[in-house]
Amino acid sequence: MHTTEPIVTGASVLGIQCVDGVVLGCDTLASYGSLARFQRVRRIVQPGADWVLGGGGEYSDLQEVARLLETMVTREYCQEDGVVRAPRAVHRYLARVMYQRRSRLDPLFNSLVLAGRGRFLGVVDMYGTAFESHVVATGFGSLLALPLLRKAWRPDMRMEEGAACVEHCLRVLFYRDCRALSSVQLARVPAEGAIEVSEPYELGELQWHVAQTVA
Amino acid sequence: MLRNQYDTDITTFSPQGRIHQIEYASEAVKQGSAVVGARSGTHAVLACVKRSVSDLASHQRKIFELDTHVGVAVSGIIADARVLSKFMRNECLQHRFAYESAVPVGRLVRHVADYCQRCTQRASKRPFGVGLLVAGVDELGPHLFETCPSGDEYELWAMALGARSQSAKTYLERHLEEVKQAKRDELIRLALAALRETFAAVRDAELTEHNCMVAVVGIEEPFRVYEDAQVAGFLEAIRPAPEPEGGSATGAPSASEERMEDTS
Amino acid sequence: MDRPLSHSSFLPPLFSSAPHPLSPPHSVPHPSAAPSVNAAERPARWSPYQDNGGTVVALAGRDYAIVAADTRFSVSFSIPTREFTKITQLTDRVVLASAGMGADRQYLHKMLHTRLAMYRHQHQRDMSLPAAAQMLSNTLYSRRFFPIYAFNVLGGIDSATGEGFVYGYDAIGSHEQLKVVCSGSGQAIVQPVLDQQFSGRQRYSVPDAERAPSLTLEQATALVRDAFASATERDIHTGDALEMWQITAAGVRQTRYELRKD
Repeated sequence: MHTTEPIVTGASVLGIQCVDGVVLGCDTLASYGSLARFQRVRRIVQPGADWVLGGGGEYSDLQEVARLLETMVTREYCQEDGVVRAPRAVHRYLARVMYQRRSRLDPLFNSLVLAGRGRFLGVVDMYGTAFESHVVATGFGSLLALPLLRKAWRPDMRMEEGAACVEHCLRVLFYRDCRALSSVQLARVPAEGAIEVSEPYELGELQWHVAQTVA
Repeated sequence: MLRNQYDTDITTFSPQGRIHQIEYASEAVKQGSAVVGARSGTHAVLACVKRSVSDLASHQRKIFELDTHVGVAVSGIIADARVLSKFMRNECLQHRFAYESAVPVGRLVRHVADYCQRCTQRASKRPFGVGLLVAGVDELGPHLFETCPSGDEYELWAMALGARSQSAKTYLERHLEEVKQAKRDELIRLALAALRETFAAVRDAELTEHNCMVAVVGIEEPFRVYEDAQVAGFLEAIRPAPEPEGGSATGAPSASEERMEDTS
Repeated sequence: MDRPLSHSSFLPPLFSSAPHPLSPPHSVPHPSAAPSVNAAERPARWSPYQDNGGTVVALAGRDYAIVAADTRFSVSFSIPTREFTKITQLTDRVVLASAGMGADRQYLHKMLHTRLAMYRHQHQRDMSLPAAAQMLSNTLYSRRFFPIYAFNVLGGIDSATGEGFVYGYDAIGSHEQLKVVCSGSGQAIVQPVLDQQFSGRQRYSVPDAERAPSLTLEQATALVRDAFASATERDIHTGDALEMWQITAAGVRQTRYELRKD
């Protein structure tokens, strides 16, 4: 069965690279068309110890990608040779997978963001295009959040600041993107040390009283 | 070796639990000219004696680069070795294609060993008559591996294969501690000195720039092969040293069963 | 540079409420109306191709070749990244630049590097410029019926004579040897200027015989910079930064210049 159009979809994923690590963020909604169908799904997963994957687009395809990477991690672990696949290598591998699927005209309908130890932040889209960047935003976020992230980004930015910035962008997306939600998830991937993927939580202090003045 | 009742095919065990065809393949490894491998904390080195079938022929190369971070020295049937080298080069390239990174040396060796093993379990196949010394560097540091026709593989500090390799092995065992600590050029010197030991019992033969080859790979140093005039400098380093017995190394276990005289 | 924006006719389907042409009538709004990965770019029927824009230039003189490309990566009206290299070095004397679809050219570059490594293993030396040019053509043609959407320019110097040559390609491998070539989204802007300036066409005072490469490396470098600056002015898919590789007998030198980022 070939996916020619996505059915249950996740929206934007945002990422920002800081001096001490990478912050990844997204909301927890999987929409069925315009219906906010599943409101507490996790779109950030952590199959490996050194990296996390965030994804938008078709949710079932995202689960398939996650399964694929879990299999890869398990296989590597079973080699028992102490070699761990670097985040960059996983990123390139994902690009090959996505490219191969698009070349079979059976694409995985996702935009994927990979954040890893050593301040790695990279994107792969459904065509297999892979690149690394200081700031990353997929889906609607590439229109609304990417300019904000680019403006906020500084080379000496720390993770607290980065997290605040991503949260701000998620808030903007919630206000403006009809397929976004106020329930969000953040992942903090420090350059070294344990990765922390938050539970879904609500963005606070939302203000709608200006809404009537906005066209 | 005597003819044996249970050696006509590769899938039959002898009552003693041996598979003679594999053992014969291992004999082929011993007939190749000597190769030596050694590794320290920072580098891995391969050295070999190149054999020439006649004065009219060129010397046969026995060290091959597989990728920028790994190479192999072979002993045995060189034609078989070429097949395995091609297999390993392919593995390296595929890994680079998929992951944009160098294949971990241990994984590469495991792969080629599995490939060799497959030939030991089918009646229609023949084991590879070649032993490999694989030297390479990955994120865990430098490595040296040996593979056998049986499909076994071992990780080692130092090893020698091929004709009269026992004397080289003995030398390396005696100098194991030095090998472990050695810096780049020192490691090359030790490997060549070990290789030279294989000539000790042969009259009118010595290591020259024409009949030996050296390869080095290190952390931050890509695999590089030295031959002909390029090895002259390395040979110079081992020339004046008539080996003082024992040296500084003592901790190394010495070969117990096999002694030097069994090499022909 | 404020230009009046009136591109309502270019508005992507994201902003139209029209249902997907293939979607059945449905009581529940059909999911196909949802913005997917990037609904702005999703055409009616999914296409495996994407145009990521960008301009590539290669030109050659008597003893040099220049290969240049911008670093913008665009998806219709947005720019996911400003740092996406289109250039890859194949050997010490051959450099390739590709415009077109990002994923396809990444694949193509990897494929070429793999085949070059095989060649090096087999022949113990690097591929020559004509050999690399032919290999690129073969690689593209191997996907004749599912083309690699990449528009390549290849530049390098002849290992024997040291003379620079460039090659221009279409997506399926047709190619020719040239002295100056441009491909990609800025082609229509850049190519005529390079033709005129570099090959000296339309300069009737110059005899045919003397029209061959007369520019020095410095002049050619300045010309390429101007060409990209000009393309950046008018082509929305070109910009951000210019990467330039100069290939001479002394080796390969890479330089980078900033371009407009709007």
